[in-house]
Amino acid sequence: MFLIKGARILGGAPADILLRDGVVAEVGAGLTAPEATVVEADGLIALPGLVDLHTHLREPGREDAETVESGTRAAAAGGYTAVHAMANTEPVADTAGVVEQVWRLGREAGHCDVHPVGAVTRGLEGERLAELGAMADSAARVRVFSDDGHCVSDAVLMRRALEYVKAFDGVVAQHAQEPRLTEHAQMNEGEVSGRLGLAGWPAVAEEAIIARDCLLAAHVGSRLHVCHVSTAGSVEILRWAKSKGWQVTAEVTPHHLLLTDELAETYDPVYKVNPPLRTKADVEALREALADGTIDCVATDHAPHPAEAKETEWAPAAMGMIGLETALSVVHEAMVETGLLDWAGVADRMSARPARIGRLTGQGRPIEVGAPANLTLYDPAARTAVDPAAFVSKSRNTPFAGLELPGRVHATFLRGRPTVLEGKVI
Amino acid sequence: MKRHLISAADLTRDDALLILDTAEELSRIADRPIKKLPTLRGRTVVNLFFEDSTRTRISFEAAAKRLSADVINFSAKGSSVSKGESLKDTALTLEAMGADGVVIRHNASGAPHRLAGWVRGSVVNAGDGTHEHPTQALLDAYTMRRRLGDLDGRRVTIVGDILHSRVARSNVLLLNTLGADVTLVAPPTLFPVAVDTWPCEVAYDFDAVLPKSDVVMMLRVQQERMSDAFFPTVREYSRRYGLDARRLSALPEHAIVMHPGPMNRGVEIAAEVADSPRSTIVEQVANGVTVRMAVLYLLLGGSEPAIGGAARDGGDAARDGGDVSRGGAIRDRGDVSRGGDAIRNGGDASRREDA
Ligand SMILES: [Zn+2]
Repeated sequence: MFLIKGARILGGAPADILLRDGVVAEVGAGLTAPEATVVEADGLIALPGLVDLHTHLREPGREDAETVESGTRAAAAGGYTAVHAMANTEPVADTAGVVEQVWRLGREAGHCDVHPVGAVTRGLEGERLAELGAMADSAARVRVFSDDGHCVSDAVLMRRALEYVKAFDGVVAQHAQEPRLTEHAQMNEGEVSGRLGLAGWPAVAEEAIIARDCLLAAHVGSRLHVCHVSTAGSVEILRWAKSKGWQVTAEVTPHHLLLTDELAETYDPVYKVNPPLRTKADVEALREALADGTIDCVATDHAPHPAEAKETEWAPAAMGMIGLETALSVVHEAMVETGLLDWAGVADRMSARPARIGRLTGQGRPIEVGAPANLTLYDPAARTAVDPAAFVSKSRNTPFAGLELPGRVHATFLRGRPTVLEGKVI
Repeated sequence: MKRHLISAADLTRDDALLILDTAEELSRIADRPIKKLPTLRGRTVVNLFFEDSTRTRISFEAAAKRLSADVINFSAKGSSVSKGESLKDTALTLEAMGADGVVIRHNASGAPHRLAGWVRGSVVNAGDGTHEHPTQALLDAYTMRRRLGDLDGRRVTIVGDILHSRVARSNVLLLNTLGADVTLVAPPTLFPVAVDTWPCEVAYDFDAVLPKSDVVMMLRVQQERMSDAFFPTVREYSRRYGLDARRLSALPEHAIVMHPGPMNRGVEIAAEVADSPRSTIVEQVANGVTVRMAVLYLLLGGSEPAIGGAARDGGDAARDGGDVSRGGAIRDRGDVSRGGDAIRNGGDASRREDA
């Protein structure tokens, strides 16, 4: 039993929150509970536990980069109470067996809920559907399906997947990347890529797939989720699709909300990511879209890599950045400090909406009596330089190293049990 | 001058002129019976070649040896690199060997930038992927200046695969610094999408540009571009963008023809044009050694006069110069543009010069 004293729920007036039997038992002023452990939360903001729709936990197969244990510890440290583990593991999460294994590892680790994402196609090869129904019916109860890392580029296969998952209220999360337009692509195609002599990843390669998939989703009446939207053009297409009333949702990563392609000038592959960092105009469009709800949520695309995969020339380096432990601070910097979102908005975009897209019932709920006690206490006044050596994740490939960011996660509770206290993972 | 030469944009106008003037001075020793100078005696220059390029490696090797440097050739073939050793491990090996200068040729754009972060010596980019080849641009500028005099206001036309050409990138930057007017000519498929932000003109019609050119520089076109649909056939490319005798006759009398080599005779340049007196192709090779001597001397040797001081002092005095101009500017760059700054700086065209 925990009594949180004086937390500002969603940044509002200070209140006490009593957590008992895994749920929020009481909310109000001057609460007392003699048996409860008191958590002083003066000045801290209480948010519902964050939910990530897009996490690479790397297990099974690449335990040198991350494990379910280390990745979910990192998630808890970042204020998350649920993550969706992407399917591009070795072996690929394309069977009930693999998704159940990941789900079980998550339960054993206990730092946050792990919801495996099932592959859309067998082996992520884009040729035949994986057994989507078996994964949905498994103990892992998979509802989000994605070939992330690869685009389901075949239009017929994408149509079938969108249709098929309707049977169990699933959603296909598309990594939108037209493969022919991005062969050998290294970074955003534009002024910087031309100058640096790095092969370009044009915005149109993302936008063309998003446009096609929105039309397909509308045609078959299915739910589509678009992973890591990165361009202003994609935002326009999504806005149009939503205006039609189609069931299209989208996510944006923290790094796409803050960084631009000019960082490639360093040729340091810590800035190499897929989709690539884009331009200032894209960053501004993404922020606006997240603020107005065109983009539904923030998803980290936490992509751990061992040091040697990044300590190379740009071209052979691995793509991806870690993000679980910095996501909330980056959103604070990019969206709250700029006045684009208040804390209720942050809670909506980082907890409620991703939970709804993933069809999670016990996550993303408001902090009110009777709701599962999943919440995070955040100190908005802290301001620290990002120190990769202090990360809980096994990997260090953050693009934010040395950057001063606001805020710090003070505590995280998963169904009433602390996973982080005093900023330390338990 | 900066401590490394990685991009032609690292050079101010004064830096570039100093290199060209120094090369002029050094060219005089080519006429002496003994071609060697003691200037870099005791210094070690490593030629680190991850990509086959015998001509560039030999050019740098000759340049370093004529300055009496110790030269170590390290090529990816037969070395530990082919066994999977990383560039970083190779860099640490060079550090242990105490390399004063590292000349690097690499098929990955930006490899010299990475190397410069891992070694203390000066890094000279001898061609990186499709990024830059600054000493090629310097030797081209040197060759132009010898034939045509001051480059200010000279009209230079560069023709060919601009998209994939490190020679074009370095030439555009350096020639712009030196005040020349550059026009790039290619089929639209072979330009980068944002070429309009480059400090040069862009044209699709070679014939229209010819009469207004003091220099025509032809770039090698690789046949595999055809299979990637950059152009339909080699024959059509050659017809629209090749330099043949008819086009040569459309150039002004004084205009010169350049090619960085190796040439595809009959594709981008006709044999009779390559072999004509207007062609500087052989001179470019000879000038390459001289210009690379000037670069190595200025980066590694210091502030003493290249010949005068070296002759008087036996060159050793020059060793202690130099360091004052070392700034590590390249290593330190980039961090500034993170976070909020990344956004504030976006789209500021003047930042191009930092490439
Ligand atoms: Zn992806």
